[in-house]
Amino acid sequence: MLRMKARSLELSPPAWTILPRNLLALVVILAIAIMMHAWVRPAVGNYYNRVMMDVGINIVLAVSLTIVNGFTGQFSIGHAGFMTLGGYVAAATTYYGSQLLWSKAAFFGGTLSSNTAESVFSAGLLGGGDLLFVAGCVLGGCIAAGAGYVVGLPSLRLRGDYLAIVTLGFGEIIRVLLQASGPQVTRTADIAAKNPFELTTALGGALGFTRVPIYTTQFWTILFGGVTLLVAYRLKQSSMGRALLSIREDEVAAEAMGVKTTRMKVLAFVIAAFFAGMGGGLYAHQLGQINAGELGFMKSFDFVIMVVLGGMGSISGATLAAIVLTVLPELLRGVAEYRMIVYALLLIVMMLVRPQGLFGVREAWELIRPLTRRMFGSGAKA
Amino acid sequence: MTKFLQTLMDGISIGSLYALIALGYTMVYGILRFINFAHSDIFVLGAWLSFSVALCAGWTASGAPLLFPTWLWTVLIVVSVLGPLLYVVERTALPALRSSLGPRVPHALAGGFVVTAAVWAWVLVGLVFLARATTASASFRPLTGVVILVIAMGGCGLAGYLIERLAYKPLRAAPRLNVLITAIGISLFLQNSGQLKFLFGTQPQKMPELMENKPLAVVAGVAINRVDVIGAGTAVALMFALEWLVFHTRLGRAMQAVSYNTRVASLMGIDVDRVISFTFVLGSALAAAAGFLFVMKLPGALRQPADTGWVLLGLKAFVAAVVGGIGNIRGAMLGGLFIGLLEYFGVAYLRPELRDVYVFVLLIIVLLVRPSGLLGKATVEKV
Repeated sequence: MLRMKARSLELSPPAWTILPRNLLALVVILAIAIMMHAWVRPAVGNYYNRVMMDVGINIVLAVSLTIVNGFTGQFSIGHAGFMTLGGYVAAATTYYGSQLLWSKAAFFGGTLSSNTAESVFSAGLLGGGDLLFVAGCVLGGCIAAGAGYVVGLPSLRLRGDYLAIVTLGFGEIIRVLLQASGPQVTRTADIAAKNPFELTTALGGALGFTRVPIYTTQFWTILFGGVTLLVAYRLKQSSMGRALLSIREDEVAAEAMGVKTTRMKVLAFVIAAFFAGMGGGLYAHQLGQINAGELGFMKSFDFVIMVVLGGMGSISGATLAAIVLTVLPELLRGVAEYRMIVYALLLIVMMLVRPQGLFGVREAWELIRPLTRRMFGSGAKA
Repeated sequence: MTKFLQTLMDGISIGSLYALIALGYTMVYGILRFINFAHSDIFVLGAWLSFSVALCAGWTASGAPLLFPTWLWTVLIVVSVLGPLLYVVERTALPALRSSLGPRVPHALAGGFVVTAAVWAWVLVGLVFLARATTASASFRPLTGVVILVIAMGGCGLAGYLIERLAYKPLRAAPRLNVLITAIGISLFLQNSGQLKFLFGTQPQKMPELMENKPLAVVAGVAINRVDVIGAGTAVALMFALEWLVFHTRLGRAMQAVSYNTRVASLMGIDVDRVISFTFVLGSALAAAAGFLFVMKLPGALRQPADTGWVLLGLKAFVAAVVGGIGNIRGAMLGGLFIGLLEYFGVAYLRPELRDVYVFVLLIIVLLVRPSGLLGKATVEKV
């Protein structure tokens, strides 16, 4: 028994090789991000830049939700709650952090965060605000992951709709609690005088957390989006991802095959919440403020819609849906007051004519492969 | 003591409205097993419809009442012509076409459906004129409120019927998630089309006072207002009517049968589609009544149709349905009252800014301890 266990462990490569194994992908993501940052961002102007950042943030959130809703088949409609939580934590970290470090909350980024030409390159490439920003986002992600653990636990007992309702309830509770928090401390002297733990409850209340330094640029959205995609993709290929997919297909059968369903479900929640929290950090540092009131459950539905429209469990589908559903309302701006009506009707029509989503459960390349095979003869084996 | 009684009264009067909305959620869930997220928008539609009809009937001091705009008449007339036309084509030409062209020709053009909708709409138009007539004569003026309630219920019933037929019915066999997304789509559609200039607009309004709100009695320092008594009375009466309808009529028995087992019910000769349509109409009408009573009680709370406050109200009603045991009609009534009381006592005696937290914490506790709700039956998953 022990021998068997030891041997089955050898099938997967040791954990420390995670970085080298994904090095190429990471380098590609980094290269794309730097290229977009250096060439595309100055060329397209502010408006398109903002839309592209929105796309990146929505990809982070939609793909992370795919891990719960798409892979595992659990039904979470409280994703915006994690996003809000992570966003607040990240915003508070950079705002209070810069107040404590540099005695003002202004922008302290390096080159990678400068959105405007005149912004000052103040504190070295990573020694300045950028590092604080990334730390804030990661911290936000971790706190959100903790909340994801708490939300995932009821999946022990609850299934389907009931779990959905609980996630919705959790999302709303997070929103209300954040809205009931104390007023934001704005004077530098007050911040320095306060106990850091007191600052964790000074999150702006109903007015939202404002004056967040603006750090999010295309570089960061592409980097975070790319990492989210990479993790989701590698997860789907791994044995852990297969376990998640098996839960979606048939929970009872999965359990019979030895999949620890409870642990796997909670894990899916934790991973998804982590990335949602990071996405929230990006969101807060893009707008310069974050307000829990605007991130209610309708926002969660936006992401659920992206996942379902893309096809359950299809990473490329969710990505495409995130792009389309971010760009579409922008394109419809021409018809101002009708745009949300058109959007809603498109959604309904889409559900009627293609209920399985854009790609179904498959990925884009899996759909393209048969096509290319038909066109160029049977190059690959069936 | 005064505070306690006041809170109790507020809790009960708002709780009975939650219960009315929750009934719609619970009936639809009981039969179709999906959360109808568009239901809270039907409630909003009810509130705004009562307001518009009150204006139409002449309940404003300022100027002549506006009757229907041209576009509404146009739609009505087009539909009324189209319906019978489709129906005739369906009856005469389609069978012949089918026999010659084969099964790709559809069975029906939904002519009967359009005719039903058109007749329904004309009845509502007639009722609006009736409301005008009652407003005009002083002796019938107290009756206007009843007519407006009936119009709101009928209008929302029609909306529920249309939504079910056009959006949900084609998805009967689809995964539940798709139906849910469709419901969200409809919710967005209703919210945003309600904001259009020629419908309700984006400005909050104030409901005209249909009756003088004077205190009927004073008990221990708490004034019992006429509007509260009539509102709670209407809500309770509607709930009794529903109870009778579901548990003591043939149609109600059919509803129970469909919710128990749809397939077997259809094998027993129950027209499942009709029962589902009827359920939607019923639920929507109850939500409309809740909307009417809500703006009667709080005339200043008529916020613009897409306001998040409405969504939250609907969400709490939904929580009420879950707490009572979703799919269970008596549970929804109980849950509504419970949520109303919890909310108002929480606000009065604990921290008021956490008013929504109490409701959702209760939701989570109930789901963890007793997932099937207070009155719901536990379901065992079969392998």
